[in-house]
Amino acid sequence: MQSFAELLDRLVYTTARNAKLKLLEDYFRATPDPDRGWALSALTDGLPLRLPIRKTLATILAPHVDPLLYRLSRDYVGDTAETVSLLWPDARLNEPPPRISDVVAEVSAASSREFPRVLESLLGRLDVKGRFALLKLLSGALRVGVSARLAKTAIAQTFGREVEEIEEVWHAVSAPYADMFAWLEGRGVRPDPGRKATFRPVMLAHPIEDGDWQSFAPQDVAAEWKWDGIRVQLSARPGDVRLFSRAGDDVSTAFPDIVQAFAHTQGVLDGELLVLRQGVVASFNDLQQRLNRKTVTGRMLQDYPAHIRLYDILFDGNEDVRTLSFIERRQHLEAWYERFRPSLADVSALVPFAAFAELESKWQLARENGIEGLMLKRKASPYLAGRPKGHWYKWKRAALTIDCVLMYAQRGSGKRSSYYSDYTFGVWKTPDELVPVGKAYSGFTDEELLRLDRWIRTNTVERFGPVRQVKPGLVLEIAFDAVQTSSRHKSGLALRFPRVHRIRWDKPVQEAETLDAVKALVPS
Amino acid sequence: MQKSRIESWLYPTDRGLYCEPGQFHIDPHLPVDRAVITHGHGDHARSGHGAVLATHETIEIMKVRYGADCAGSFAAANGGQTINGVAVRLVPAGHILGSAQIVLDWQGTRAVVSGDYKRSPDPTCAPFELVPCDLFVTEATFGLPVFRHEPAEREAHRLVASLAANPERTHLLGAYNLGKCQRMIALVRQAGYHRPVYLHGGLRALCDLYVRLGVDLGDLRNVTDSEPAELKGALVLCPPGALSDRWSRRLADPLTCYASGWMRVKGRASQHGVELPLVVSDHCDWPELLRTIEETGAEEIWVTHGREDALVHQIGLMGRRGRALALVGFEDEGD
Ligand SMILES: [Zn+2]
Ligand SMILES: [Zn+2]
Repeated sequence: MQSFAELLDRLVYTTARNAKLKLLEDYFRATPDPDRGWALSALTDGLPLRLPIRKTLATILAPHVDPLLYRLSRDYVGDTAETVSLLWPDARLNEPPPRISDVVAEVSAASSREFPRVLESLLGRLDVKGRFALLKLLSGALRVGVSARLAKTAIAQTFGREVEEIEEVWHAVSAPYADMFAWLEGRGVRPDPGRKATFRPVMLAHPIEDGDWQSFAPQDVAAEWKWDGIRVQLSARPGDVRLFSRAGDDVSTAFPDIVQAFAHTQGVLDGELLVLRQGVVASFNDLQQRLNRKTVTGRMLQDYPAHIRLYDILFDGNEDVRTLSFIERRQHLEAWYERFRPSLADVSALVPFAAFAELESKWQLARENGIEGLMLKRKASPYLAGRPKGHWYKWKRAALTIDCVLMYAQRGSGKRSSYYSDYTFGVWKTPDELVPVGKAYSGFTDEELLRLDRWIRTNTVERFGPVRQVKPGLVLEIAFDAVQTSSRHKSGLALRFPRVHRIRWDKPVQEAETLDAVKALVPS
Repeated sequence: MQKSRIESWLYPTDRGLYCEPGQFHIDPHLPVDRAVITHGHGDHARSGHGAVLATHETIEIMKVRYGADCAGSFAAANGGQTINGVAVRLVPAGHILGSAQIVLDWQGTRAVVSGDYKRSPDPTCAPFELVPCDLFVTEATFGLPVFRHEPAEREAHRLVASLAANPERTHLLGAYNLGKCQRMIALVRQAGYHRPVYLHGGLRALCDLYVRLGVDLGDLRNVTDSEPAELKGALVLCPPGALSDRWSRRLADPLTCYASGWMRVKGRASQHGVELPLVVSDHCDWPELLRTIEETGAEEIWVTHGREDALVHQIGLMGRRGRALALVGFEDEGD
């Protein structure tokens, strides 16, 4: 527990991705089984322990701390678990500190009546960092800025593997992953992911660049519309259907309708999750209503009907077809669809073209809702995990741009922590009132960042912690993919994927866009 | 609350704590004719007084910070002196170099004004000396039970271990320029770190003074005189305010460290963007405050700077009379 506690303590304060990876790798290398497995479980899916921790803490703390002193402390610290870890009397250290595996064993063996006593005994054997780690472990959410994906990446790097290999076996193993570590250390066989509906790493596209066009002829590539939804993977086996995000998060519970529609199928398919009404793709906003829901009401299913537009197949039944070419897989996909005919799904059509000029005119005209542009895929390419170069291209519809006024700037994180690199910008609601419409963190060079930083420091009118409000004096030309209505911003609008397109040092702020003009860009 | 006997001769005024028969103020924040100063920190030692009584070290610190003519006259405290019939003795407070508690004896009653103090060991100053008394004036910078400092030696070892584990990263350590800075250097030396330590310009003068007053700090160099390559993997100290300054950009992939009692609380540490927080303080933590109050045997405790409400409540629980002394001008020194 001590080394895990030290790890969490360091992760809390580490912002740079590489520094986090280093801490995690050092930990996984130095820690034996099964402790490292429980730690990995805590960092990814959460330990399988759910207990009435809040209520219990109040009970066991009462004899140790005066109520007024507790309240003043809690107000100052701001977090209950941290306050308790700081206030708990220090261990007399006549007993060795528990290991994570001891914690898991003692807590899972305890009845809810015994739990307060078990928790008290564990706290009594730990120092302040250990107590904090224990309470975070038991509360289910570590919140140390490590995603499941990052933890798996650290495992992969520790043992000289690719993260995709870890993800392949992930759903076939469970905490504390002794079989996975045995395989990684060459002591055991690879856990077989074939038994359950599992996630397979997805293939990603690069934005097309001018030079790419020379590298293929029109007959070498297939074109599809690029749908404005969410990339998902549907993995189905008899009795087990799951929907995964492209990062491998299981999102099945939010989409029981999709799971139901594929219950009779078998295979692993790649597609775009959309909200579809009478065959028309609804806005991304509508899709967001369905995301991140723990419970889905019948009303939601009706108002925001989900749909998958399939465009690739990784497993046809049990057959791994990833090594086949795109064209061969396409034949498998169409045959698979004919065989199962799942409702709430269709196959994304290919866009026919003879010459690139023809394709370009189709691309130019693609302004309807739900289409972001075109995808170009090499007909001969196999399905490759990750973002391999030279196989799949996304050709996004030209971004829209508007001139906005810089309003607030915030310090960045990691490498950028001494620069003001996160910008909130707005447009004119009236000739003298700006309202924010979005935030951008990217789209400028390092030199521009330096100059922006200098400008912000000399034009600050107020400071709130890491945020500076600046006087309206700088126009940012912001590129974005779409405008949506939003209740989050005071302006009632939000930009999708905003980034700084150009910094208009030259432009007077009065010439920036008005709110009414931006409103007119919302698709009706 | 009934007026105590002591308050007839020692009481707070708008210039600071005043000893009426002695006709002097202790740590006044506005200029006075006669001042007794506990230690050199800015919220205790100010310029512009007539006559100043303080330890030799505190006087030297004041001269470095404010100039040689920052007071009309200086008298270095010796074993004991009498001012207008009040016996005045300065005994070590263990806070920073030269820091002293002011012990006042008048007509059979004793008051101890401790200034700032700590009980844990510090290689750069004399240890706190306990003086039994009737009235004890204590600070409450860390006056909440969540504050328990780590052993400073252990924190110094963590820093040295991090230097060894990250040889490509410059360790930028924020530390208050008087006391904390020199203590951290002395601690890493004790922990076996003997490479040069690099200083931000704002730390140089007081480090030089410590060395002149006999505190060994090893090889100290200026950041401004050093090649960027030399600073890679090195230990660099700067005032806390300079941590997120543009100043730090010349350093190779800096790993930000901060030595302060506030680092005990995660929210405070993240606020400063600190990657390696070190819980080292020159003030008492909560258990040390309670222990000291207990050991002085004082019936009456006056509490200054910090979270007075919690400590005054606790003093009540301990069966003593506690009072928040709302003296203006004292503040958290970034410690
Ligand atoms: Zn002080
Ligand atoms: Zn002070």
